[in-house]
Amino acid sequence: MIHPARILAIARKEVRQLRRDRLTFGMVVGIPILQLLLFGYAINQDVRQLATGVADLAQTERSRQLVAAAEASQVLDIVERVQTVQQLEDLLRQGRIVVGLVVPGDFERRLERERQRKSPRGPGDEQPVEALAQILVDASDPASYSAAAGLRSLPPPARSGTSATPRAATFELRPYFNPERRTAVQIVPGLVGVILTMTMVLFTSVAIVRERERGNLELLITTPLSPIELMVGKILPYILIGCVQMVLVLGVGRLLFDVPLRGLPQDVLAGSLVFIFASLALGLVISTIAQTQFQAFQLTFFTFLPQILLSGFMFPFDAMPEPAQWIAEILPLTHFLRVIRGIVLRGASIPDVSRDLWPLLLFGLIAMSFAALRFRKRLD
Amino acid sequence: MDISADHPSPAVVAHGLTRSFGSLVAVDRLDLRIEKASVYGFLGPNGSGKTTAIRLLCGLLAPSSGQVEVLGLPMPSGAEKLRTRIGYMTQRFSLFEDLDVRENLDFLAEIYSLPRRERRPRIDQLLERYRLTDRARQRAGTLSGGQKQRLALAAAVLHRPELLFLDEPTSAVDPENRRDFWEALFDLADGGTTILVSTHYMDEAERCHRLAILERGRLVAEGRPRDLMRNIEAQVVEIDTPHPRRSRERISSLEGLLSIAQLGNRLRALFSPDSPEPARRVEKALEHAATSDDASERSSEVRLVEASLEDVFVVATRHRPRTASSGSSR
Ligand SMILES: Nc1ncnc2c1ncn2[C@@H]1O[C@H](COP(=O)(O)OP(=O)(O)OP(=O)(O)O)[C@@H](O)[C@H]1O
Ligand SMILES: [Mg+2]
Repeated sequence: MIHPARILAIARKEVRQLRRDRLTFGMVVGIPILQLLLFGYAINQDVRQLATGVADLAQTERSRQLVAAAEASQVLDIVERVQTVQQLEDLLRQGRIVVGLVVPGDFERRLERERQRKSPRGPGDEQPVEALAQILVDASDPASYSAAAGLRSLPPPARSGTSATPRAATFELRPYFNPERRTAVQIVPGLVGVILTMTMVLFTSVAIVRERERGNLELLITTPLSPIELMVGKILPYILIGCVQMVLVLGVGRLLFDVPLRGLPQDVLAGSLVFIFASLALGLVISTIAQTQFQAFQLTFFTFLPQILLSGFMFPFDAMPEPAQWIAEILPLTHFLRVIRGIVLRGASIPDVSRDLWPLLLFGLIAMSFAALRFRKRLD
Repeated sequence: MDISADHPSPAVVAHGLTRSFGSLVAVDRLDLRIEKASVYGFLGPNGSGKTTAIRLLCGLLAPSSGQVEVLGLPMPSGAEKLRTRIGYMTQRFSLFEDLDVRENLDFLAEIYSLPRRERRPRIDQLLERYRLTDRARQRAGTLSGGQKQRLALAAAVLHRPELLFLDEPTSAVDPENRRDFWEALFDLADGGTTILVSTHYMDEAERCHRLAILERGRLVAEGRPRDLMRNIEAQVVEIDTPHPRRSRERISSLEGLLSIAQLGNRLRALFSPDSPEPARRVEKALEHAATSDDASERSSEVRLVEASLEDVFVVATRHRPRTASSGSSR
């Protein structure tokens, strides 16, 4: 028999303790905002302003135009100007620049040849294309590499005065939902999931272990309190906290990064509640396994890393190898990312995302039962 | 039926109760019988298995072997049914340090489903009885050691249990408060509560109706304190001497000496029951020494005295080879 009064007593006690634990209480609000700023600004995947060194060996008017055009693209930020290729390579190795721009000494001649080749003769006699200049790039960061690679087709400077006509693209690319292709729009809803995963699992994983460490558990297990009452009472306050965090992230995301909300707020809430429940239940499972708070932290991170890496938050889900996708399908965050991105960015409704809500609900129920069964009112 | 009226069923019965942790046998074939409405003491040195035995009786640990019946129900399977009838005060403070005194008691009142109307008067009554009224709004973690233990006792009796387990309830309580504490225990026992209390203090142990002395998990002596003292398997010699350390050296080689302890200017020597005339021999040893060097030792006073509970404890828990200890208590 379950006594709601006991559940409430546990929940009330938990809230009291939380309120008096200033640091933890601060984390409830602090973590989401800090993470949001961190991911929103710092982990901005729109690659811009790569530190660049220039070795302009030609030093002609048009070579300077080329460099200026490259800089105007905003991809490059010219921080060094040197005399030799060797110097550029040194800077690259030292990590002081990410991109090196080399304009060869015979730049004018190459430009002339390019022009002659282009002048109408016949389509049949294509000569191997000779590059006008060279871009050295630190390819250890793929994002920088592809950004720099995008400069390859920068139009060559025309004769002074006239502007260059850009080459026509074969396909026209039309991005949907995020026309500006801003990373923040993709990241912020995902961040709701990441932050909830972190705080919800962590708070509850520590919840029972902490009582064990402080000796309170020996008191609790000699009372008539049942495991399920204890579990439910413990997670109740965190459900509310989870909702506060969700609202906080989406709200600040909207203020700072113009993240839209295309779906219904109540759908966001419903989806989040299911996910919060699943995460809290996972935390409780950890709490019944770990013997110390330190172990609880470690186990939490053990479950946190794969969720971050495999859920599709960091890397596109479809680009992952199949076994990784299977694992990802077990993780709550994978499903929640689809749910929240669907509702927030594409205006999906609950029925639209129910395919991913069921697994979350199932995960939560299984984890919760597992935790309640594992929790023995014993010391051995 | 009149037999059961004369001998009501005991609160606790244990047969061959054993609990091991790996290779360590913390509680070793313990047989116990605790009558209702009595105060029963567990006396034993550190690590003798008092806490483990209490946890076994509460159903917090499962025994490795043996049976326990508590209030007529087998443990640990019947533990859940007994939760409202048992109170347990843990050795380590186990209330919530970041809640205040009243919040702690309120919380437990809800968990034990005390009728709502009764809660306030009951908690007020307990605060009054354990002199915590002026501490009611203080966080439990900031209470003094003795105050914490009084709060823990209040929490353990909150739901009026029939059986109360107290694990070293007065280890941090000063002597005067300890006296009050024990008055309160006897009040509870008079009201019909059965109390099992573990302790290191002889004066406390002496107050119990019955006493079990534990040593390395084994029951080495059991009975009423008075009987234990009367039936001690030793002769007690007390020596008043101006040079206790030197006298102690002289006596330590005497045959049949079980143990010797210094209490200020006094020595207390225990001799095995079969050793002849221990007082005479002690006197002689000291006299002999006095003639040889120092006349002042002649002023030593030696006499045979009644055993105290401490003597009983010393005799019972005197370290002996593990194999030789078997059968000595039965
Ligand atoms: N959970 C456990 N795991 C391993 N060993 C244990 C455990 N609990 C108790 N012990 C061991 O069992 C023995 C008895 O311990 P117990 O706590 O019952 O002693 P005690 O009589 O209460 O001692 P104290 O007076 O110091 O409180 C000790 O040697 C202890 O180390
Ligand atoms: Mg103990």
